[in-house]
Amino acid sequence: MIISLRGVRGSIPVPGKDTVKYGGNTTCIDITTDEGDKIIIDGGSGIRQLGNELMKQLPVSCSIFITHTHWDHIQGLPFFLPLFVPGNNIDIYGSFDPVYMKDLKTILAQQMEYCYFPVRESELNANISYNNLKEGEAIKVGSATVTPLLINHPVLNFGYKVESNGKSFFFTGDYEPPLNIYSPEDEGYEEYQRLIEQQKQILTDFIQGVDVVVADCQYTREEYLTKKGWGHGTHDSCIEMARAANIGTLYFTHHDPTRTDQELDEIYRDVMSQQGLPPTQFHIAMEDTKIEL
Amino acid sequence: MPINHDQLIDMVDKIPTFQESVHRILALTTSPDCSAKDLVQVIEHDPILTIKVLKLVNSAYFGLSQEVTSVNHSVVYVGINTIKNVAISVATTGALPKSNKAGLNMNRFWEHSLAVGVIAKLLAENKGVGKNEQANYFVAGLLHDIGKVLFAHFIPTEYQEVLTKHDAAKTPLHQAEKELLGFDHSEIGAMVAEKWQLPPDLINSIKNHHGAEAQDQHPLSLAIYAANQTAHYLELIKQASEDNDTDALDAAAKIDDGLPAPVKAWLGWPLSDVSKWLSNLDEEVDKALAFIDLSDGD
Repeated sequence: MIISLRGVRGSIPVPGKDTVKYGGNTTCIDITTDEGDKIIIDGGSGIRQLGNELMKQLPVSCSIFITHTHWDHIQGLPFFLPLFVPGNNIDIYGSFDPVYMKDLKTILAQQMEYCYFPVRESELNANISYNNLKEGEAIKVGSATVTPLLINHPVLNFGYKVESNGKSFFFTGDYEPPLNIYSPEDEGYEEYQRLIEQQKQILTDFIQGVDVVVADCQYTREEYLTKKGWGHGTHDSCIEMARAANIGTLYFTHHDPTRTDQELDEIYRDVMSQQGLPPTQFHIAMEDTKIEL
Repeated sequence: MPINHDQLIDMVDKIPTFQESVHRILALTTSPDCSAKDLVQVIEHDPILTIKVLKLVNSAYFGLSQEVTSVNHSVVYVGINTIKNVAISVATTGALPKSNKAGLNMNRFWEHSLAVGVIAKLLAENKGVGKNEQANYFVAGLLHDIGKVLFAHFIPTEYQEVLTKHDAAKTPLHQAEKELLGFDHSEIGAMVAEKWQLPPDLINSIKNHHGAEAQDQHPLSLAIYAANQTAHYLELIKQASEDNDTDALDAAAKIDDGLPAPVKAWLGWPLSDVSKWLSNLDEEVDKALAFIDLSDGD
């Protein structure tokens, strides 16, 4: 399979001279299996250019998996041209929102209400199916299998594992390893820690030996001290994930919008110079990177 | 047809208790930096709330692949924000009967109750009421008509007649209740609030929401009276604009003119002005309504 990173930025697109190298588009990952099946994870602003390229060969058939419906993961969908063209087949998958009692179709349609966008969801002409996924429910897309796992973020967020012809890929979506809500001297501390370890183990088992992981790494260790509970990972948390699950290659993604290319390079150099890193290959996610498996 | 005081007490007795935990959850969650640890402790100390939260998290809505076995587990699994929202929903609506045979439209009942709760809280905010106290304004609004649910649930036949009289003769509901039953919903509502050991100001606000003429009232009572009338006013204005109904417009103006002097003084502006800064009320109410649907699973 070929994995293309179409958007690697967190929170909001940041075009400009400081983001030319790593890119300013928000999250979108495009995967083409050996058989040519198209799997897209998230519809951040990076999905727009992907849509323009797909339009060169009609009809378009693809499956879009949404990790969660925060804006930076869906804001490009209204600009994904294949949605507008009759004859295209687009299957959209994601989680039902149990707190707001809204399914994926409702949330996406609300994003396209007339006060926000000139074309309504009901005017999209492609054959679109909306599918509310349950955790662990494996979806077949051609020869590939896509499986969601719920991992910690302020809203429900699915990490997706894509497997095809013996190769595997995992994207975290937005992920912050769960934190202990108790202080070490509290009675509940140990019990809570055990539950955290159990939850982390589920993730570790789920991604054990995956060839390539793209993981949320919005903050540095220092920044994280004031951003706990905001739902994002750090280099440390990504490195631990890679070590625990024997990951071959890991890409740090969801770059903070304030981060310049130069800062990304400097931070990467610092992180890579530390002792005791696992044998994983670490890279900074860069827009338009193509990974062949 | 009129009911006696013993019957009234009997109805109140049959309503389950409204736990202390509910207050604590509402107080905690009003603060934006609500501590996860405190919230978990409040839920855990209330077995019924714990069971309800776990039942919801384990329901098809969430579709989790592992069974969640404790409140801590639920927080680790789906996150503190989600559990906070689930707890508020379960806490505020869990204690009430969900349906009745009297024909009281429960969706409309909740829409109105939530609207009054939201308006009361916004008014409190506007009048500089402290954050901690604002939760009481919301709860008081949410519960001000609770007496209607008791009547509809326990004496459905009699209450149906009350509702019919209210519809046909356009008699205000609390007057129709008084005439046919001898008591109105604000009286029995206050008794329930008393049983639930809600704060005295809150009990009074339920008792007085159809009679705020007296001077020296607590701001909570004035706010609930004002919020209730604002909700009715907005409904009439909406009806007037949708159906071109001039009667509705007149009725709305009458509500505005008829506000008791203490309420008018507390509010500081006419209802027509209040309604202008409530433009996203529907959205707030919709959001809160989703919680109620969610807790409908027992």
